[in-house]
Amino acid sequence: MAHLPLEGLKVLDFCWVPVGPMTTKYLSEYGATVLRVESGKRPETLRRAGPFAGGESGVNRSGYFANYNANKYGLSIDMSHPDAPGLILRIAEWADVVTENFTPGTLERWGLGYDELSRVNPRVVLFSASMLGRGGPMQTQPGFGAVLSSLAGYTNIIGWPDRGPVNPYGAYTDFVCPKFAVSAILAAVDRQRATGRGTHLDMSQLETSLHFGGPMLLDAGVNGREPELVGNRHPSASPHGAYPCAPDANGEADRWIAIAAFNDEQWAALRDEVSADGFTDIASGEFRTFRVRKAHEDKLDGIIADWTVKHDRHELMRRLQAVGVPAGVVNDTRDLFEDPQLRHREHFTWLDHPEMGPYATDYTETQLSLTPGRLDRPAPLLGQDTEYALREIVGLSEAEYRELAEAGALE
Amino acid sequence: MTDETDYGPGLLAPYRVLDLTDARGLLCGKMLADLGADLVQVEPPGGSPARKIGPFYKDEPGAERSLFWWAYCANKRGITLDIDTADGAALFRRLVGQADFVIESADPGFMASIGLSYAALQELNPRLVMVSITAFGQDGPYADYTASDIVGMALGGFMHLTGDGDRPPLRVSMPQFYQHGSAAGAAGAMIAHTHRQLTGEGQHVDVSCQQAVARTLAHAPQYWDLEQTILRRMGAYRESAGGTFTRINWPCKDGYVNFQPGGGTAGAARSVRSMLAWMTEEGMGSPELDAVNWEELGYGTARADIMEQTVAAVAPFFMTHTRNELADGALERRILLFPVATPSDILAHRQLAARDYYDRIEHEDIGETVTYPGHFVKDLNDPSRVGIRRRAPRIGEHNREILGGELGLNERDLARLTELGVV
Repeated sequence: MAHLPLEGLKVLDFCWVPVGPMTTKYLSEYGATVLRVESGKRPETLRRAGPFAGGESGVNRSGYFANYNANKYGLSIDMSHPDAPGLILRIAEWADVVTENFTPGTLERWGLGYDELSRVNPRVVLFSASMLGRGGPMQTQPGFGAVLSSLAGYTNIIGWPDRGPVNPYGAYTDFVCPKFAVSAILAAVDRQRATGRGTHLDMSQLETSLHFGGPMLLDAGVNGREPELVGNRHPSASPHGAYPCAPDANGEADRWIAIAAFNDEQWAALRDEVSADGFTDIASGEFRTFRVRKAHEDKLDGIIADWTVKHDRHELMRRLQAVGVPAGVVNDTRDLFEDPQLRHREHFTWLDHPEMGPYATDYTETQLSLTPGRLDRPAPLLGQDTEYALREIVGLSEAEYRELAEAGALE
Repeated sequence: MTDETDYGPGLLAPYRVLDLTDARGLLCGKMLADLGADLVQVEPPGGSPARKIGPFYKDEPGAERSLFWWAYCANKRGITLDIDTADGAALFRRLVGQADFVIESADPGFMASIGLSYAALQELNPRLVMVSITAFGQDGPYADYTASDIVGMALGGFMHLTGDGDRPPLRVSMPQFYQHGSAAGAAGAMIAHTHRQLTGEGQHVDVSCQQAVARTLAHAPQYWDLEQTILRRMGAYRESAGGTFTRINWPCKDGYVNFQPGGGTAGAARSVRSMLAWMTEEGMGSPELDAVNWEELGYGTARADIMEQTVAAVAPFFMTHTRNELADGALERRILLFPVATPSDILAHRQLAARDYYDRIEHEDIGETVTYPGHFVKDLNDPSRVGIRRRAPRIGEHNREILGGELGLNERDLARLTELGVV
């Protein structure tokens, strides 16, 4: 089998909830050795979050946890035990990278801040992520991605003008940040390998997420603009929206297609398709130019919806794409598993988990031609690899391991 | 081993990136440039089509006034080069010989059609890492589909889960689809780079924006895989599993706030307790909710009856305060509450100010200083290693510096190529 690109990269991983484990999953998929430290006494939030295999809950049954922790080794260490800091420093000597996303100050309270880690290992790259970054008046403000999406300005621009804003689905910013985090960690690793020096990276989820909204912030700064809710409308496209489609073969009625026309060619092609099916109102003068379409957009949307609702969404997507109109079905989560393109890319793979059985986990969106990623080990059971990792990977002697185990530090 | 001082400023200072992307991929190179890489944006003569994207400085359209361009091309230098001509492609090949990364976002097949496929470029530079950012990846049944942001957010599964249950699915009304793929492209570039530094082998990184968006859906796909449950959009509420849901978005006196009542760890139960105590302090307490065992409820979930009681008690309390009052009170009391921030809230945010987040960059050409989102990560050993150092380039601003200074073209060569429309 091909060499993996991050083989030999050693990671001591304290990350929890989605943002951290998704970051270190990029590393583990591409071959890094990731030792995921958890407390057996206080299993992390994702282990207690659904869905659970077969709908039956348990710390080793969460699909949320299992997805983001594939290919990692699971260690159980009781961080409140007096022997824990010494053990962690021992693992930190082994590690190239230490990752954590506790509330700022937590590592320091354990005597495991960057100063202590770099004293035992000057090469170490410590990656710290938190909601709002280290220092400043709000560094310990608790939070998670779902509400942070609002602080980062996303929620404010999602919604219908006659209702109110709605949050983007899920802990949205948790899934924005890992891509920035991986880039930064590997940049620091590059420098570490070249110079022998480590560093401490401090990521604020808020600060990182704002980079997906740069033009909006500049617009506010130089033009004083405050955005308004616009539903699915777009300032330079018309039509631009999600339109209802016929129920599918399963009787599922929540079926939609997204359609947009950004220029005259796309508009003409769309108009001809709609009109060819007898909805000739769309060819009337009130929609002829972009400017007039914008003035009559509600009416235009109504005509298109009358047309789309009579059709199967996939048939419409193929038909519109064939004539160059941007169109895409609104996939629900079941559809993602059946989507021909995602299947072609092998987006999901199934890992056989000792308690859960086969479960779906997703590959990265980046396919490397020479050294593709590999997901071949299911997420660890709680504490499953403690002995193996400490003895075989970190290099503790049997006596050292026994002593820690008997003292109760490995719970 | 290289001495730290020889390595230069910026985490990626030794590396050169050639960026051919249009609006779809600009963020990828921007991230590498923010980390310190030397990035050269290659635009077609006349300027990148991304310069036509608004908003615009003072709302007046113009190739040098696009705030989209400014935001995603800061830290870059720029040259113009028509790689679709023989002369232009030849110059580009010479640049590739000295480059570490090439990033492109053309439709699949385009680069090969002009003789600049990865295979062709690798012959010039075996160490080259090339990143291709497209909607669906380089091949497959949708590879030739046209995708705008809304189409991508639909096919990626985001829209079905976002919006009000009784209305069509919604997108975020600023582009996200290609940004997810672009950001992932930077991560992929660095993974390939790590391999290249060890082995000398370059490779091609093929990014699918659709996959990138499908990876933003938290545990929703797993709900289908493991419990055959399709999660759905619920407006101000959020469904976690059949029968359990929580309200997240609430109106207040002057806007909206997010507050997610629920139990479990992550400080959620403590947060609800603090909120209930605050309400009691102001004479709007709820003994029924005080009696709920929040500590025993699951993460992010609460039963329907509890949720109903919570809404009845909490909603009127929020209406008596502004979003800033609520946010300040929440900070003091360690409550999981955030305002639904507007851009001006974000520009004035005190935590961002305290961390010196914003970079003020001089646009000497228009006599203005513009505020940019700064470091996406802070290097605490030397904060100057990550952040914004220069404004976006004007069209062809660095032609002389790069094509002249580096490739040795003289004024006559440059004049001839300009006349031919190559630069």
